[in-house]
Amino acid sequence: MKQKLPMTSAILTNKFERRTFVLGMAQAGVGTLLAVRLGYLAIFENDKYKAASESNRVNLSLIPPRRGWVLDRFGQALASNRADFRVDLIPDRVVDADATLSTLSGLLGLTADKVGDIKDKMEKARGFQPVEVASNLDWEKFAAVSVRLPELPGVIPQRGYSRFYPTGASVGHLVGYVGPASAEDYEKERNPLLITPGFKIGKDGLEKSFETRLRGVPGARRVEATASGRVVRDLGTREDVPGKPIQLTINAGLQDYAARRIGLESGSVVVMDCETGDVLAMVSMPSFDPNSFSDGIGRIEWKMLSDDDHVPLRNKVLRGLYPPGSTVKPMVALSFLEAGLDPEASVGCAGGLRVGNRVFHCWNHRGHGTTNMAKGIYQSCDVYFYHFAQQIGMDTIATMAKRLGLGQEFPMPYPGQSYGTVPDPAWKKRKYKTDWAIYDTVNATIGQGYMLVNPLQQATMASRIASGLKLSPRLLLDRHAPRPESMGFKQEHLDYIHAAMNEVVNGRGTAGKARLPIEGVQMAGKTGTAQVVGLNVGNGKGGLWKHRDHGHFICFAPFDKPKFACAVVIEHGGGSGAAYPIARDVMTYVFDPAKAMAVLEDFEKQWGGNVQQRMAAKYNAFAAQYGAAAPAAPDEQQASEEVAAENKPMPEPTAAQTDAAPPAPEPVPITDPAEQSAPAPVASPSPAAIPGT
Amino acid sequence: MQRAYIPQIIARQPWQVIIPLTLLVVFGGAVLYSAAGGHFQPWAAMHVARFFVFLVMAMLIARIPQDLFKLSALPIYAILCLLLVLVELIGGIGGGSQRWLNLGFMTLQPSELMKPGIVLVLSWFYSSLPVGEVNGWRAILPPAILLGIPAGLVMLQPDLGTGLAISFGAVIIMFLAGLPLRLFIGGAVAGAIAAPLAFFFALHDYQRKRVLVFMDPESDPLGSGYHITQSKIAIGSGGFLGKGFGNGSQSHLDYLPEAHTDFVFATMSEEWGMIGGLFVLAIFAIVLRWGLKVAMNAPDRFSRLLAAGMTTTIFFYICINMMMVMGLAPVVGIPLPFLSHGGSSMMTNMICIGTIMAVDRWSRRGSSGLV
Repeated sequence: MKQKLPMTSAILTNKFERRTFVLGMAQAGVGTLLAVRLGYLAIFENDKYKAASESNRVNLSLIPPRRGWVLDRFGQALASNRADFRVDLIPDRVVDADATLSTLSGLLGLTADKVGDIKDKMEKARGFQPVEVASNLDWEKFAAVSVRLPELPGVIPQRGYSRFYPTGASVGHLVGYVGPASAEDYEKERNPLLITPGFKIGKDGLEKSFETRLRGVPGARRVEATASGRVVRDLGTREDVPGKPIQLTINAGLQDYAARRIGLESGSVVVMDCETGDVLAMVSMPSFDPNSFSDGIGRIEWKMLSDDDHVPLRNKVLRGLYPPGSTVKPMVALSFLEAGLDPEASVGCAGGLRVGNRVFHCWNHRGHGTTNMAKGIYQSCDVYFYHFAQQIGMDTIATMAKRLGLGQEFPMPYPGQSYGTVPDPAWKKRKYKTDWAIYDTVNATIGQGYMLVNPLQQATMASRIASGLKLSPRLLLDRHAPRPESMGFKQEHLDYIHAAMNEVVNGRGTAGKARLPIEGVQMAGKTGTAQVVGLNVGNGKGGLWKHRDHGHFICFAPFDKPKFACAVVIEHGGGSGAAYPIARDVMTYVFDPAKAMAVLEDFEKQWGGNVQQRMAAKYNAFAAQYGAAAPAAPDEQQASEEVAAENKPMPEPTAAQTDAAPPAPEPVPITDPAEQSAPAPVASPSPAAIPGT
Repeated sequence: MQRAYIPQIIARQPWQVIIPLTLLVVFGGAVLYSAAGGHFQPWAAMHVARFFVFLVMAMLIARIPQDLFKLSALPIYAILCLLLVLVELIGGIGGGSQRWLNLGFMTLQPSELMKPGIVLVLSWFYSSLPVGEVNGWRAILPPAILLGIPAGLVMLQPDLGTGLAISFGAVIIMFLAGLPLRLFIGGAVAGAIAAPLAFFFALHDYQRKRVLVFMDPESDPLGSGYHITQSKIAIGSGGFLGKGFGNGSQSHLDYLPEAHTDFVFATMSEEWGMIGGLFVLAIFAIVLRWGLKVAMNAPDRFSRLLAAGMTTTIFFYICINMMMVMGLAPVVGIPLPFLSHGGSSMMTNMICIGTIMAVDRWSRRGSSGLV
């Protein structure tokens, strides 16, 4: 009906009024909706948004805690902190990376390779991870960056603390180093402290093992900051709680001395206390400088370290495995005594011994004549041991080797240690599915063949032989530790071995030059030379560095009242002659530091300075040669992985190919210099064991 | 009695709306003063000064006779369309989207002026359309073309917000003009179908993203969702009484984007709380109620539609902006009338106010003529 009506002005007006009313109601409805929404946000959700607004307004910036110190046994710092000025970058906040870096390199005087390092790190870092630009800045440079801050978004100058290792490379492997947390670290531990500029976590060694103890509790600075991060005002600061210190059994002076004394060689020195098992020095050289590692590993430094065939990144004390050579002879002799062998039982050494259808030579192929146990030790006569080892049997020898610590695991706070092998018939059956052969015994008894040990085990062996106590290497100082129990050896057996070992140094033995220049202190020791390649490749004395024999020396002093034991391993030193002078000087330092230091200073003049000076010179040479062209250093994660890879346990010999390892030549006793000649090659010489390079 | 002492020209002004508006603008000035960190420059002083300049303009508009409004409706519309084309051309040459013309002394945004422009031209059209044609195609097609040209041009810019505002004003005029209800219902259904299609095919990426982020602001807390999130934080943290004048951390520490323009309501709410928000809503209610009342009392079809249309234009601004800042609508760049700093929107809104005042004047003259 309505539709049919003609449209009139009145109807339209009426319609307009109705519809306007509807429109007005709709507007009122929207108004009510908005009011309700406003009330919901402002009243009902007030708490939530208040918190959100506060967390916007207040910026909590963490102050990295000062790391706990690492102290030596006398309280001297091996790792401490020093106040410094530093500059970091947060890639996310940087607007123009190139311009920022070029401004910074102008202000801070960064070299091209440093700028390259920073660029690499910026690319690899997740945006929120701070990247270190420079640390240890002087006040002028720090201030220069600080005043230019408005044009350098993302740049954070800070004064804080950085890790400092007073003796540098000497403690590189002992203490480890620190570095910025990697993305993986952050993933594992979602702690905002990890991405705080200037904060570092332990990356290796003790720094890593004792991370939780050393870390401490961060301080905090509450500031009111704008959305772009500009600080408007300070709201308060909470001081950090420094991490707890750890005190080691190490003697800092001795550690440093030993590191310096190794000189240009690649080797390890371990010194232990014969009453407690305290490790007084544990050195692997060459090493890296943990100070510069902790500032970030630069490309030149990385190239320098990874190009070095002396593997400065490997902790040789715990991860280097070597055939121990003749240093096992006192141990083997002790097992003979335990097994009831009369020490006066003799064998005539004519320079070799036929075993089966093969002749095993003595290192002195002219022969030692009638040889009893003492002479077997101090002259290091191989034939004596070939003969009686066959008589006593490998199981007895292997049991003694394990009792004295060879092939054993010691709970040292380092990841990825290598423990080596003490072979016995059961082991060979398990490993190679072949039966133990008599020549395996012959090889093992002179510390060749399958036998592999690390220098710490050698030091432990020396300390156990010296003291007759069941000593285990201890790195953390504990003055209330229980006294170690006795090994249960007969004192007369020990006295016999001690006397023979004393003869090595102070009598008719193989290391007369190792005599201590200390009045009233006599050192007992045993030399060892381990072949690296068969005599068909090289004679072990000269030629390619990598083909030279390893030099070993174990010792303790004073011989009649053992207090200190020491093991020295020099990789490719060309024989024990490279090892025992170092042992002598290190032991001299224990009793008379000044005297030892005088000797060292003379050496360092020939070597071109101390460790630090030599590393600096090498660095400069590399920088001059490669500059920014050196390949980029791996990021922290990769670097520590590569360091770990360096430290992977040595591969076991893959095949039983050690049937007739020739005895390594011993250094000629000073009493008879004419005898310096290499032993004749044997029938089918083959590499004994090739410790990796 | 008092009136006798006050000059006619002043007494006749619609003080019931001018006073609340002035209060609102001064309040807005206070908010802008605080947003500038306690300074009149650069926003607060300009804001209040502009209001008074445009208030005088509105009063002048109010004095324009109805005939002149009708006469100029089509030419003004045509000029605005030309300007829109011009903007498009200049933008095309300059590269990128340009929404304004630089006139030297001010920048003119033709799309902004088109909001009252479309109301004017459609009111004129329906008032001149024979009554009997309201249900026929003649009531639909010409307005559709009149709307389509500017709306299309504005959307091309692309300025979705303004395009919607123009369309909304036009549709409301059609609704009030008495077009059959089924058209609007049908249109709403069609819109419901077209919206998803438009979302996937017609919108620009950044617009689509805004819609998505509106659905879930937390999905993009540092990008587009940042605006909505920060705005809600500002409003929500204000509570009932607010943080106090000059104490808004969200705006002062730059967490709130566009604190002095599109998100001025959030800036205000943070410091003045829900009380301030209700005050603003109340004044808007007074202004809009006055506008619709003027429309209801208007003497003829043209002035009725004109006043209602202008009111609706203001309403649309308010509605979209407040829904946006409270997280009920996606982020579209539409300022809040009388509070947001900005010349173009102030001018548009005051043109609307002035036009409603003109209608008010015509109806009073009409009624006084009767008495």
